[in-house]
Amino acid sequence: MRVGQGVAMGNNHEVHPSGWRRWLYSTNHKDIGTMYIVLSLIAAILGGSMSGIIRLELMFPELQFIQDLQFYNVMVTGHAFLMVFFVVMPAMFGGFGNWFVPLMIGAPDMAFPRMNNISFWLLAAALILLLLSAFVQGGAGTGWTVYPPLSNADYHPGPAVDFGILSLHVAGASSILGAINFIVTILNMRAPGMTIHRMPLFVWSILVTAFLLLLAIPVLAGGLTMLLTDRNFGTTFFEVAGGGDPILWQHLFWFFGHPEVYIIIIPGFGIISQVISTFSKKPVFGYLGMAYAMVFIGVVGFVVWAHHMYTVGLDADSRAYFVGATLIIAVPTGVKIFSWLATMWGGSIEFPAPMMFACGFIFLFVVGGVTGVALANSGMDLAWHDTYFVVAHFHYVMAIAAVLAIFSGYYYWIGKMSGRQYPEKLAKIHFWLFFAGVNILFFPQHFLGMAGMPRRIPDYPDSYAGWNLVSSVGAFVAGIATLLFFFIIWKTFSSGGKVQSNQWGPGATTLEWTVDSPAPFHTHEELPVTNSHMPAE
Amino acid sequence: MKSSERTHPYHMVEPSKWPVLSTFGALTAAIGGVWSMHGGPVFGLLFGIGLMIYSAYCWWRDVVHESRNGIDYTNTVRRGLRIGVVLFIASEVMFFFAFFWAFADATVPIISRTAHVTWPPEGVVPLDPFGLPLINTLILLASGGTVTYAHHMLKLNNQARCADGLFLTVILGIIFTFTQGLEYGHATFGFSDGIYSSTFYLATGFHGLHVIIGTIFLGVCYWRCKLGHFSAIHHIGFEAAAWYWHFVDVVWLFLFGCIYWWGSLSYFVPS
Repeated sequence: MRVGQGVAMGNNHEVHPSGWRRWLYSTNHKDIGTMYIVLSLIAAILGGSMSGIIRLELMFPELQFIQDLQFYNVMVTGHAFLMVFFVVMPAMFGGFGNWFVPLMIGAPDMAFPRMNNISFWLLAAALILLLLSAFVQGGAGTGWTVYPPLSNADYHPGPAVDFGILSLHVAGASSILGAINFIVTILNMRAPGMTIHRMPLFVWSILVTAFLLLLAIPVLAGGLTMLLTDRNFGTTFFEVAGGGDPILWQHLFWFFGHPEVYIIIIPGFGIISQVISTFSKKPVFGYLGMAYAMVFIGVVGFVVWAHHMYTVGLDADSRAYFVGATLIIAVPTGVKIFSWLATMWGGSIEFPAPMMFACGFIFLFVVGGVTGVALANSGMDLAWHDTYFVVAHFHYVMAIAAVLAIFSGYYYWIGKMSGRQYPEKLAKIHFWLFFAGVNILFFPQHFLGMAGMPRRIPDYPDSYAGWNLVSSVGAFVAGIATLLFFFIIWKTFSSGGKVQSNQWGPGATTLEWTVDSPAPFHTHEELPVTNSHMPAE
Repeated sequence: MKSSERTHPYHMVEPSKWPVLSTFGALTAAIGGVWSMHGGPVFGLLFGIGLMIYSAYCWWRDVVHESRNGIDYTNTVRRGLRIGVVLFIASEVMFFFAFFWAFADATVPIISRTAHVTWPPEGVVPLDPFGLPLINTLILLASGGTVTYAHHMLKLNNQARCADGLFLTVILGIIFTFTQGLEYGHATFGFSDGIYSSTFYLATGFHGLHVIIGTIFLGVCYWRCKLGHFSAIHHIGFEAAAWYWHFVDVVWLFLFGCIYWWGSLSYFVPS
């Protein structure tokens, strides 16, 4: 059949595209979700390799092998961009979101399947642009924050930063379209009886995340456009000489950037809620509190941005406000942590790999959350700003916590996605190796930061030796764990046994467990009718 | 399963080549754009934009076909499309929010410590807000009225009057764009003459771009109205265009109030 001749096709589902067209022209939420996950795995190899280069360089004092210091800056920048925009977001929002939001709410697909396709391919295009930005003419060594004047035409005259800006523009367009798609799907396509207050928490998490993307990304797009015209067309938004203000960029960036860190972690909250409920064989404790805690975190996340800017000379009243607003976020976050623990309390708990990763997530998120409460205080942050304490904090709270949530979701759902059982013993080894590795990697960075070691610098005085070596050893342990993960993927697909439609038993009560494993190309064509929180029970 | 055995009210879209082609256009335009900004030729950018426009045309052509086959556009699907348009406009509002923030950062001392004490900055001669900008305000407000007239006529199923209303709206949109070009010609400050120019040209320029897009959107609706694509209850494309146009209108009112009027106040009315 000819593509694009939608006339009179109506609900004809006999069409089953094959070969490369199935993927390039896809309008199927599961295929698109799979492509997102594959893209995230590819980006994870690239971004992980860059962090390996960083830790190799920092293993000992003095420069180890890096001759061109800009190369180190490029590695720091590339690692951050790849991990944030091309690993965590595609895996959770694009990958698991696409796969499981329609399955969980009982919808046959996403609201706008063609737009879903362009969301994915725009992200692939953005990845190409980002790699260009890293490898043309010295690369972009601006950090993911792209602060001017470092990112202006004086300090980065080549095309690298322009490629980076356009990469973010394209990735942003991808995210906005994806966000619209998810919101409309969730608001408009829930199965009969699936009220808003009966949606699984993973669906809630994607809904909140989508609103954050919708409202935060365009502000970044505005800022990036100003940076682009400053660099190339003579405007002076961020140029003091022309009456502009570099701090404006920081405001615009962090007005996006702070919601962005919630965009990264909130889908993780959703995954963890599903997993803990399933393996405790209990409904989530305080379901409404859990849902509205995410909403609250999302809303307040828009009005705390300047806690990233305590050192720029904001007046004391502004800083007092941002301290207070930031600390308030600890309340709904606490609601979530305690509700997860209360969900487990008195449950009939099992510990397969996804549950282990979920418990690991809670530990890492609490450690990162506690240092976050400390950093929220303007006075403390004056000392910690731009030190490894901040690096340790945000890696705990949003980087490795998010990655543990991804692994948890992967092991939880791979049976549903592939129809095959992952090797349980290897997955448990993966958990312990990775969990130990990342803690050895990041915990000592708290000490380094307290001692004043600055971030984003390839060399350091001898006094910081020791903990840096420990940290690098942890990085290699985590790296080996990641290689093991790729081996587990191969093992699952080459020799994993078949799984049932509900492989997790009575605790798995959401609708994805009512369809076959692997989920067929089209699902929920007969809309399921639900009348409780546990439609699959 | 045959299409007659419909089991749900949703639109299951067939595979399409336009998303991936549009993306290829966007990628080519981005690479070509960076190349041209750094001394290279401009054809990559132009080819990319051309491919995007072509793909968008084909994509929307398919959408128009689907909306008219009598099967796909159920009430549920149309509700979803309406929510989608509202969300898209919300994201556009946040895009303009960034440019208003830049303006506020340059002009309001409680927002920025480096805000200018005098605005416009010394040496800048601003445009008189009660000349062409006021005329443009009236033109845009009038176009909001004509598009609402068209909507009411459509709801009364008066296709001819609806087309008239749309025609007037498109003409007013074109006059607005033309007047804005005229006004840029009168400006004594160039594009790269400092922060006043930066905030003025990017905010009004992006608004102008949205006016042009909105005008094209309404023009398509005029053409579709002439072809009889709309009915009194079935005109989601028209609604989207009208909402978009009202959004463009409201952004202009803020631009007029902030950048043209308030931003020139101390020049024309010295204290």
